[in-house]
Amino acid sequence: MRGDRNAKKGCGSNLLFQGSDWNFETLSRAYDAIETVALDNLGLDVYPNQLEIISSEQMLDAYSSVGMPLMYQHWSFGKRFVFEDNLYRKGRRGLAYELVINSNPCITYLMEENTMAMQALVTAHAAFGHNHFFKNNYLFRQWTDASAILSYMEFAKKYIIKCEERYGTTAVEAILDSAHALMDQGVFRYRRPPRLSSEKERERMRERLEYEEQTFSDLWRTLPTASESSDPDAVERDVMERKKALNLPDENLLYFLEKTSLILEPWQREILRIVRVIAQYFYPQRQTKVMNEGCATFVHYTIMNTLFDQGRITEGAMLEILQSHTNVVFQPSFDDPRFPGINPYALGFAMMQDIERICVDPTPEDRDWFPEIAGSGNWRETLLDAWANHRDESFILQYLSPSLIRKFRLFLLSDEADEKYCEVASIHNERGYEAIRAALARSYDIGANQPDIQVMDVDLLGDRHLRLQHNIKNGVLLEETSRDATLRHVRHLWGYEVSLAGVEAETGETLYECSTADIEE
Amino acid sequence: MPNFIDRRLNPKDKSLGNRQRFLKRAREELKRAIKEQVKSGKIADVDAEHNVSMPARGVSEPTFQPAGDSGERQYVLPGNREFAAGDRLPKRSSGAGATGAGAGTGRSEDEFQFVLSREEVLDLFFEDLELPDMVKLNMKESVAFKRRRAGFAATGSPTNINVGRTMRNSFGRRIALHRPGRKEMEAIAEEIARLEAEPKAGAKHLQYLEELRQKLEKLERRRRRIPYVDPVDIRFNRFEQQPLPNASAVMFCLMDVSASMGEREKDLAKRFFVLLHLFLKRRYDRIDIVFIRHTDEAGEVDENTFFYSKQSGGTIVSTALEEMLRVIRERYPAREWNIYAAQASDGENISGDSERCASLLHDDLMRLCQYYAYVEIIDERETEIFGTTDNGTSLWRAYRTVDGEWPNFQMTRIAKPADIYPVFRKLFGKQPAVQVRK
Repeated sequence: MRGDRNAKKGCGSNLLFQGSDWNFETLSRAYDAIETVALDNLGLDVYPNQLEIISSEQMLDAYSSVGMPLMYQHWSFGKRFVFEDNLYRKGRRGLAYELVINSNPCITYLMEENTMAMQALVTAHAAFGHNHFFKNNYLFRQWTDASAILSYMEFAKKYIIKCEERYGTTAVEAILDSAHALMDQGVFRYRRPPRLSSEKERERMRERLEYEEQTFSDLWRTLPTASESSDPDAVERDVMERKKALNLPDENLLYFLEKTSLILEPWQREILRIVRVIAQYFYPQRQTKVMNEGCATFVHYTIMNTLFDQGRITEGAMLEILQSHTNVVFQPSFDDPRFPGINPYALGFAMMQDIERICVDPTPEDRDWFPEIAGSGNWRETLLDAWANHRDESFILQYLSPSLIRKFRLFLLSDEADEKYCEVASIHNERGYEAIRAALARSYDIGANQPDIQVMDVDLLGDRHLRLQHNIKNGVLLEETSRDATLRHVRHLWGYEVSLAGVEAETGETLYECSTADIEE
Repeated sequence: MPNFIDRRLNPKDKSLGNRQRFLKRAREELKRAIKEQVKSGKIADVDAEHNVSMPARGVSEPTFQPAGDSGERQYVLPGNREFAAGDRLPKRSSGAGATGAGAGTGRSEDEFQFVLSREEVLDLFFEDLELPDMVKLNMKESVAFKRRRAGFAATGSPTNINVGRTMRNSFGRRIALHRPGRKEMEAIAEEIARLEAEPKAGAKHLQYLEELRQKLEKLERRRRRIPYVDPVDIRFNRFEQQPLPNASAVMFCLMDVSASMGEREKDLAKRFFVLLHLFLKRRYDRIDIVFIRHTDEAGEVDENTFFYSKQSGGTIVSTALEEMLRVIRERYPAREWNIYAAQASDGENISGDSERCASLLHDDLMRLCQYYAYVEIIDERETEIFGTTDNGTSLWRAYRTVDGEWPNFQMTRIAKPADIYPVFRKLFGKQPAVQVRK
């Protein structure tokens, strides 16, 4: 191999690029070489690529609109822009080298300031690593529609502009504010969104509702019912029926409000829907940060090394690539002032390299822990399978090896709010591996870490009081100021009183209860 | 081969709209922040870019967030060196563990700074301020015009040719009239050359060649007849003279620079006028400002001298008023001009002159002026003694009589830099429409 490389270097013409300047010709030559390695060597399967060169200012623009090339206008994006712009201008933070969008064709933004070596690295990272992950991971396949997102965003942008023209910026902004507040509660985690019933059926439902409204007579209320209070079963049954009709309890607050709220105009519903669709689109990305970045980093590392071994990249360029690679996968210790949490690039990349090692060169310990893959030799298939069928939580639970726990020197700290100290629960030893692995996996489970808030009940024909329930896990309550402010937003969308009850998930005990009636504006 | 797109030349400022929306949203907060800042800093700083620290109030985006101080959590952290299972670590006051997993997901954008341009600062700073009673609108003959783009015209001077329009018209006309293209003619010419170069020439061959030549000649004739750019294509940018509404206004700035005004007093007075000057420049781009300073004699000076030169002497306030009267008579006839005046002094005056000032105001100036503001600069210790009472310097007492009689006369006291902006706002705050006086 080595001799082969030297021989190829000798002829010199094999290099993809020299020096740090890039132009479209070298970009496309590098792309072709990278593509060959990615498809033939690693066996990746990608959407067609579209590489776009942008300036730093455009990168800031893209940052502030959550990375979408098309986004409706809202002040919060301006706030983010001002914030990022400040950091960047003061030199506190560099910009990303690339930005990639889960779409078909897969759009990758390359910064114009990058050197050619960086452009090659970034192409391998985003246009193949991320791209493969987007196309193959089950979460993205099931939950997002890569080919439709760009046209949907275009529709969303135009629609909101139209609404602003027709109903005024303030009105649209108010709805968007409220919808944004509930974005985290605007995704389906467990079930698919119900299929839209046909237009005719919905029309019939609306007519029925109208008929009921028209024929409502208060007189009926005064009639003595046979089972007013004597038969709790009937009341119970009523409630059950009501909940069933509304599909309650519902985890997706935005969906519930969009479909059920009585005060929203059609255009307001459509705006809620837009926000909900975007939240759902980003939901898989938040669950696969470690894997997504790990996959991309592993892919760029492997491809770049392969190209270097083939003698197609100069040593200088390779040094530059390695330098920025090590920057990306740097993991400071917990007591380092630079410690920002566990670096998803570092963890993901280390785990994937570890999988390769386990497949190719396992220790007896690995054989104990990973009997299916240890020594199997086919690390490519193992990784492709992992990328396709896991999210962060399950990936870590499945593949975090003791040797990696030792390498990172991970330890588990348990923190109870009432105590004056934190306790080290487990460290990297035989007794601790499983606990650490489980805890780390859990910390990447968004469903477990985000407040679980559901719509419990509402009596549409009664006082229309919307009852939400917060299922409290491990005694973690909600931050009160933001909770009350968010509840006000729910009330704004619902139009009637809203209350939130915090119920301990294990005991069923109600820990707190608050209602918009008590919160002063 | 992937699809490369160069987006660098795309229109910039894609998020400008978002930024503006954000600024609009944050307006109240920003206004407060700027006022605080200017109060503590130099007034002249208003006229510059500003770093404004933006508290999150009003622009916060609430969501349901887990509270940091409740419940039980577990963190997995890297880099263990000496801990063993069961070790207990004392919490730091902020909650030790929270630096762990919390920091990665936490939002750190709550309090942040951002830079406002000079225009944005001034707009916020002078919002809701105006010169009261600007009633005498545009009586003068000399109307000002401003050139404004107004579409396109078929005639005009060559400097105003709109190339884009012209070429578009020319292109359309060439397509409509089937002007033969260069490529087409070159193809025929090449064909002819090729045929001519061929050695054997049959009759059919020659005939074909002749046909081609005729065709080429016809095309060339046609091409000559239909010019590339015809005079009918040419369009010019059209400009219109737009008359500017001419609210002619003049502001007289009268400042006492006599010896009794110490450095502190002069500084305060100057700050007041700097603010006034900025305000006028910002809000009324066509206003005349006359600077008059006085000791025991008064003179009209330019802006630079007014603000920066040092001079001192005795005090005769009435000289400044007389100078003002003289300037009004000479240049600013009161029936055409909205006249405003602001006077700053420490109130010291040569004995007997204060009454003369009051009578000058009574008899002449107040009739001519739209608005007259008097700012007295006093010692900080004196604020408590005088407060809002009528007591004070001879000039203050004399002006009280004017104040009582003329609604368009305002007087107030300044003791420290922090007073300036509130006083300024009080003097020039937007007032409910006053009845128009004749």
